[in-house]
Amino acid sequence: MDLFSKKNKETFFTPLWVNNPVATQVLGICSALAVTSKLEPALVMGLSVTIIVALANVVISLLRNTIPNRIRIIVQLVVVAMLVTIVSQVLKAFAYDVSVQLSVYVGLIITNCILMGRLEAFAMQNKPWESFLDGVGSGLGYALILVIVGFFRELLGSGTLLNFRVIPECLYVKEGGFYMNNGLMVLPPMALIIVACVIWYQRAKNPDLQEKNN
Amino acid sequence: MNTNSNSYTIIYASVMVIIVAFLLAFVSSSLKERQESNVKLDKMKQILTSLNISEDELKQDAEAAYTKYVKADQIIDLNGNVVAENGGFEISSKSLNDEEVSQVPLYVCSVNGETKYVAPLYGAGLWGPIWGYISFNSDKKTVYGTYFSHEGETPGLGAEITTESFRAPFQGKQLQEGGDVKISVVKNGKVTDSSCQVDGISGGTITSKGVDAMLQKCLKRYANFFNK
Amino acid sequence: MEYLSLFVKSIFVDNMIFAYFLGMCSYLAVSKNVKTALGLGAAVTFVLLVTVPVNYCLENYVLAPNAIVEGVDLSFLSFILFIAVIAGIVQIVEMAVEKFSPSLYASLGIFLPLIAVNCAIMGASLFMQQRHFEGVGEATVYAFGSGIGWLIAIVALAAIREKLSYSNVPAPLRGLGITFITVGLMAMAFMCFSGLTI
Repeated sequence: MDLFSKKNKETFFTPLWVNNPVATQVLGICSALAVTSKLEPALVMGLSVTIIVALANVVISLLRNTIPNRIRIIVQLVVVAMLVTIVSQVLKAFAYDVSVQLSVYVGLIITNCILMGRLEAFAMQNKPWESFLDGVGSGLGYALILVIVGFFRELLGSGTLLNFRVIPECLYVKEGGFYMNNGLMVLPPMALIIVACVIWYQRAKNPDLQEKNN
Repeated sequence: MNTNSNSYTIIYASVMVIIVAFLLAFVSSSLKERQESNVKLDKMKQILTSLNISEDELKQDAEAAYTKYVKADQIIDLNGNVVAENGGFEISSKSLNDEEVSQVPLYVCSVNGETKYVAPLYGAGLWGPIWGYISFNSDKKTVYGTYFSHEGETPGLGAEITTESFRAPFQGKQLQEGGDVKISVVKNGKVTDSSCQVDGISGGTITSKGVDAMLQKCLKRYANFFNK
Repeated sequence: MEYLSLFVKSIFVDNMIFAYFLGMCSYLAVSKNVKTALGLGAAVTFVLLVTVPVNYCLENYVLAPNAIVEGVDLSFLSFILFIAVIAGIVQIVEMAVEKFSPSLYASLGIFLPLIAVNCAIMGASLFMQQRHFEGVGEATVYAFGSGIGWLIAIVALAAIREKLSYSNVPAPLRGLGITFITVGLMAMAFMCFSGLTI
């Protein structure tokens, strides 16, 4: 068996951009927008989701032939909830600052539609290794959007990146310069509009994805 | 095997629940100690930050720094009398949110040979709770340092209360006069009396107001202690 | 008075969609038509109204430290129990809708069972846990307010999208893109409620 066959590579790379979970499949938007006002929590959230999607995909794929059809949604939820609980406990024990920052959003990973969407659409039909690749790909695709949005919001909203000052203090109005942070950037509405811009760009590059109707 | 039969479904569900419960119980109990020590360590760091201890020193060993600077975690009652010399650390800040608190913690600290006091604060911001610590000199009249934190204020606006630029102006301001709390946070750019007023955050008015209300409410309980 | 204030606050100020982006997936997908949106909104409100108080009781009388047996802290089980309660109640709602309103059942399609993974539902339970409400009453009022807030948001968006279908939108923005921008503008409008107190 070829671990990196053409098909597997496709499984891994399409969710990164063309079939992006956030921009194309409309999955996992809920938590995506709320944690992106700074770049750092966006990165952490992206990574946690990637790890959890990958693991959950593997577990469900291993169990896929034994799961009774009628309770499959609940089985999937329980597996996801278990993994999320473990990740949140580990974060609390080893990266306390990060867990404080993400607070309720760690719990919300459970209801992140990316998880349920990938489990239901991919892991239930495919072997563990493919499912793992699909999970990592989807997770990274999700993380990519988070990072793009977080980048612009932090840069334009606070003038910093990962808490390092990028736009020099001396340019600010306060110090006699001409520049002011765009306060709107850090507020919820701009997250939506930036995602819309990402979608705009992505669909302009891939006309196949454009929708016919509004 | 028929994976759709009732008995199979029920057995499957119960086995899964048992495995999951055991796994979680195992993870939770094996990590519990670490988590609790993290929470404790975080609280120590918060108290020390309000004493303007440098971040580098806290990063190295917060626990050692805590024993070095904090001499006693007293519990005092509303008349300003010391009820217990130790145990103030165990009182959670959250419990101070209650209107009828009869005992409050007071940390007696020593920084560079000078005695400082630290009082915990707890209140509500725009979205959720905010809390912090305020340290003051042994004359009980001048603010020495502050620490603020929050659970979910708007990043870039209300969340700015944690930044150095918001906290630093508190230093040297008048804390109280005859038991009346003087230190206050006013709307950005509306400071009329710079001896005791601090600029709020522009765009974060409600959080700034929350900090102000928290200072008034929590420090009022120390009024009799201030007059001693 | 306290209840009224909490109710209004959870509808307008802490709106699930506009302030926290919770429940976005089905919000964007099912908002093409006002009638369906109203149905989903009502279902979400109902599920919230039942699950949050149940989870509140679980949280405070079962999982809290020393609640059942002295010295036992079960709070690590909260995620799993919350989601189990939610999944169970969604299942019941699904059966009820199928029985009493087959047309609504058909138009909601896959999104009815997916209420279980609607972030707004789980989010309300987690916020309930984080905010330490006093008593079941407050938790219920909060749940009802959040549900109504979600309902208002989805019906408003559906109404806008119905009109939007007559306008000429740039091709790459059609569908999802313009919906995102619309929601962003609505969120800006809702921001003027922040700081509202009664």
